[in-house]
Amino acid sequence: MFDGLFNWFYQFQVSFSFLLLSAIGLAVIFGMMGVINLAHGEFMMLGAYATTFLAVKGVPLALAILIGALAVGVFGAVIEMLVIRRLYGRLLDSVAATWAIGLILSQGMLILTGPSIQGVSSPFGSFSVGAISYSWYRIVLGVVSLLLIAGLYILFMKTEFGLRARATIQNQPIARSLGVDTARMYTLTFALGSALAGLAGGLFAPTATIVPFFGTNYTVEAFVTVIVGGANALVGTPLAAASLGVINAALGTKYGLYIARVGLLLTTIVIIRVLPTGISGLVERWRMRPARQR
Amino acid sequence: MADAQPLLMLDNVSKRFGGLRAVSDMNLTVGQGELRCLIGPNGAGKSTIFKLIMGFERPTSGTIAFGGDRIDGWPTWKRARQGLSIKMQIPGVYPELSVQDNMRVAAQNHVASHEMAESIRGLLARVGLDGLAGEQVKNLSHGQQQWLEIGMALSAKPKLLLLDEPTAGMGPGETEATARIVESLNADGMAILVIEHDMAFIRRIARTVTVMNLGKLFAEGTITEIEANQDVTDIYLGRS
Repeated sequence: MFDGLFNWFYQFQVSFSFLLLSAIGLAVIFGMMGVINLAHGEFMMLGAYATTFLAVKGVPLALAILIGALAVGVFGAVIEMLVIRRLYGRLLDSVAATWAIGLILSQGMLILTGPSIQGVSSPFGSFSVGAISYSWYRIVLGVVSLLLIAGLYILFMKTEFGLRARATIQNQPIARSLGVDTARMYTLTFALGSALAGLAGGLFAPTATIVPFFGTNYTVEAFVTVIVGGANALVGTPLAAASLGVINAALGTKYGLYIARVGLLLTTIVIIRVLPTGISGLVERWRMRPARQR
Repeated sequence: MADAQPLLMLDNVSKRFGGLRAVSDMNLTVGQGELRCLIGPNGAGKSTIFKLIMGFERPTSGTIAFGGDRIDGWPTWKRARQGLSIKMQIPGVYPELSVQDNMRVAAQNHVASHEMAESIRGLLARVGLDGLAGEQVKNLSHGQQQWLEIGMALSAKPKLLLLDEPTAGMGPGETEATARIVESLNADGMAILVIEHDMAFIRRIARTVTVMNLGKLFAEGTITEIEANQDVTDIYLGRS
């Protein structure tokens, strides 16, 4: 009984953390800037490559992951200033441009480093409950994703940067006329979203084979989570990752990975139909209700 | 004051939107500590002038100087940090944020963080919103939102405050309260440029009035002179 329950919980928290970490960078960029970054998977790939490259050279894994995230953040800032900045308010153009950036990155990496590079093994070893053995590293990923959400909450709700970012998102002309350098806020927000993608790539690197198309393994889940979560990254993404995580774990443990993937997509189709603004739209409406009744 | 350098100077400013000339060769000055009203029929180009001053739009030709600097190439945020503040026609407040957070957004580039709470409390009292700091802005009345926006504009400690129809949609009580706020700010030495349609309000606050028509400077003078000017009456009645 306990073994089964633990197994289910373990699968749930693994699904949750993979969905959340894959999606959060995409969600920040989409929710805060209205830009759909189709190069998201490739940004994750860059993080994975940077992390692996450093870790193989002997840099401690945690430090390698952080440097990787930082590097992808800087790269994101450069991309924002060179390309994205010119395409605000032009959704389809930015989709095409980021798709092209993604292609350049994955193909470029293929040319530079070949079809795969030597990976790093996942640290911390494993433990057993009943007959099944589990990876400590994947438990750590769960803890990291919770800490990340808490950190982002503090960043956006409690700091001056967060206040400026929210002011810029809600109404750009007002923010500018109050002296907020909104162009800089966009650059920083895009850099943050990119760094989060890089962080996810780095965190996943020890669990996967490092190939130039590394990111494509996570993009479907990332997009599904963002669509289900809606525009508010802080509220929608964790709730979407949790609800999709339940479905993924339930179907996965009983029927295997393929059915779990099908279940994920079917759930998404149903949710888009019922809640076009995603879970955060629902939360927002629920939050507004008392104000309207007053 | 007469020979002192004006605070704001628009020199032959024009703005064209495609084939439409919204503003043509407009000259306008606002002196230090001056309270001036900008009036004119709908479509005269008044709000475009404000947009040009704040940098939401760039002039097609002409120059804008503020405090001795030529600012027409500057981004909006830089003009705001230099001492220009605006209260827009449609309340430019954040309905989803609290009154306090709205004030914080406005104040953060101008007020040190340890003085923030005190400064916000003082400004809210000044615009008659004391005790409402924790309230979500979407729950405020229309008049209160307008005053909040004036409060936000003030936290930048502006040298020149632009008010675009500050009494639009207000009842007589709220209009009177707004007039008192504007007068007390001007009494403290702040230059204010007001766009208004409410002649009673203008008579109450204005020292000098600039009249625009069809994107051009039409007349300038004291409120008495302007009210006695038959041409001004004619353009308002559509006779010109």
